[in-house]
Amino acid sequence: MSAYQNLEQMKGDFYTQKFAAGKQDDTLIINMGPQHPSTHGVLRIMIEVDGEYIVRAEPVLGYLHRMHEKMGETQTWGGFIPNMGRVDYGHPMAWNWAYVGAVEKLMGIEVPERAEYLRVIMTELNRLTSHLLWWGAYVLDLGAFTPILYAFDDREMLLDILQRPSASRLTYSNFRVGGLQMDMDDKCIELIKEFIPHFRKRLPMYKDLVTDNIILRRRIEGIGIIDQDMCRRYGCTGPVLRAAGVPYDIRRTEPYSVYDRFDFEIPTEDTCCSAGRYLVRLAEMEQSMRIIEQALEQLDSAEGGHIVDKAPKPSMKPPAGEAYFCVEGGRGKIGVHVVSDGSKVPYRIKLRAPGYSNLHAFVEAATGTILADAVAILGSLDLIIPEIDR
Amino acid sequence: MGKFKDNVIQPILDCWSLFVGLKVTGKYFCKPLVTVHYPRQVIDNENLTTYGGHVELVGKPKDPATPKCISCMMCVTNCPSKCLTVVKQKAPKPTPEEEAAMKAAEEAGEKVKKPKAPKNPAKFIYDYTKCSLCGTCIENCPAKSLRFSNNIYWVATSRKEMKIDLLARLKEQANEMPAAAPAPKPEATAAAEKEA
Repeated sequence: MSAYQNLEQMKGDFYTQKFAAGKQDDTLIINMGPQHPSTHGVLRIMIEVDGEYIVRAEPVLGYLHRMHEKMGETQTWGGFIPNMGRVDYGHPMAWNWAYVGAVEKLMGIEVPERAEYLRVIMTELNRLTSHLLWWGAYVLDLGAFTPILYAFDDREMLLDILQRPSASRLTYSNFRVGGLQMDMDDKCIELIKEFIPHFRKRLPMYKDLVTDNIILRRRIEGIGIIDQDMCRRYGCTGPVLRAAGVPYDIRRTEPYSVYDRFDFEIPTEDTCCSAGRYLVRLAEMEQSMRIIEQALEQLDSAEGGHIVDKAPKPSMKPPAGEAYFCVEGGRGKIGVHVVSDGSKVPYRIKLRAPGYSNLHAFVEAATGTILADAVAILGSLDLIIPEIDR
Repeated sequence: MGKFKDNVIQPILDCWSLFVGLKVTGKYFCKPLVTVHYPRQVIDNENLTTYGGHVELVGKPKDPATPKCISCMMCVTNCPSKCLTVVKQKAPKPTPEEEAAMKAAEEAGEKVKKPKAPKNPAKFIYDYTKCSLCGTCIENCPAKSLRFSNNIYWVATSRKEMKIDLLARLKEQANEMPAAAPAPKPEATAAAEKEA
């Protein structure tokens, strides 16, 4: 026994001690993360490998836990909205909408028609930025550097559009109970109308450059099978579920806002693998653009302003009771459950993050695959760690 | 034979996709740059004006050095991050004449007229390290005395510098731009057009 083995710190932390080697001999336990680039921040996965093959995997969460739910119990109802922009940096507007929608349901506020259309346009634009960020980062994880530059070229244009009505570029918090912070100006609508044909031309380029690439296809096809049964057991939603062949989308199954007025498809794939999830997301971008186009057409005839008259102040007092509201985010079903005791401060806020459920399917999907494929599976789930840890 | 086709010929044919990708790369290699070489070049002004930087005070149209603010504390109470500190001005000491008038009023049993405090704030301190740029203060300001600044290139080297005295900033801005009217003079635009 060497001198080092007696040291207390050589024992490792709680998770290292709990994650004892299995029955098999000659296995190696390694930590992937919390500083691994493919874990997008601070996810740590403990993996037991036999050679190159994964025997066991276990995600360790909590490195980015910021107590958003507890923070809600100390803020005023309106003061919690900026938190929703920080829960998920990829698709913050869906989180904004879920929270604001729950409070509106509790207070019985009807949002003006124009505000609903503006919300749809901005959330769908935000979905495009979310999917572009994922697309660039996923291909970067798999070893291709240049595609992220193309993705950020388009994303930059979207951010320039979105900064006009929201005054921010990443952590949007421009939803208000009863409407939106600001109305869109004519220039903004003009920019959106210019952007959509431009982006339609770019999508075939993405297909040529990356989707059809034989190296990428060989790496992600048939990897990380998450089928319907697994999705049901773990509660996976969003593109993960749609890639398993289930056309489940909150925008269609439980239409909120004005989504029942648009004609769009729900892309699905039957392959259940990483490539399926990849293709579903790319197809979703096209559908988002269709929704934006229809919303822009109907926006002119919509009544009302960008916010309801006599909108509640941030220190509003909703009646005692509870409400649940769910929306379709870039990663799946986002749900917010609020409980009020009739005071200025929420009694309880529960956030349902889609990434949390999706991550746990990784354990089963990754078992038996090789280590390099684990990165491909992890990336295809589109994990945003702040959302998982909350 | 089938195995040979699947394992040897098909992979070679699939490699064509690499050339398609290279074609895209070559096409974009010949196109002009989309990025900006920052210190030498800057992005166009339109993007700066729509950018929401830190919060700043708006001056009165006739007197740009004093803010429209009426020290109602709406911004302070509604701020979720508690990053604003507003100190109201105290009422000035009454002059001897006013004091005499006050005494006379008190003796006569009338309502005492005390000198009123000016509405403008004495201090308006903003802690940028805490601000989440949600814009709640801007919406709730009844006097419309707050707005997002376009201060995009601002950097601070210490935490202390992030605490901005907004009143001092407003005075500085007023000194920099003595012209109260935001629209440029017709002569100036004509000169600019000539230059262009």
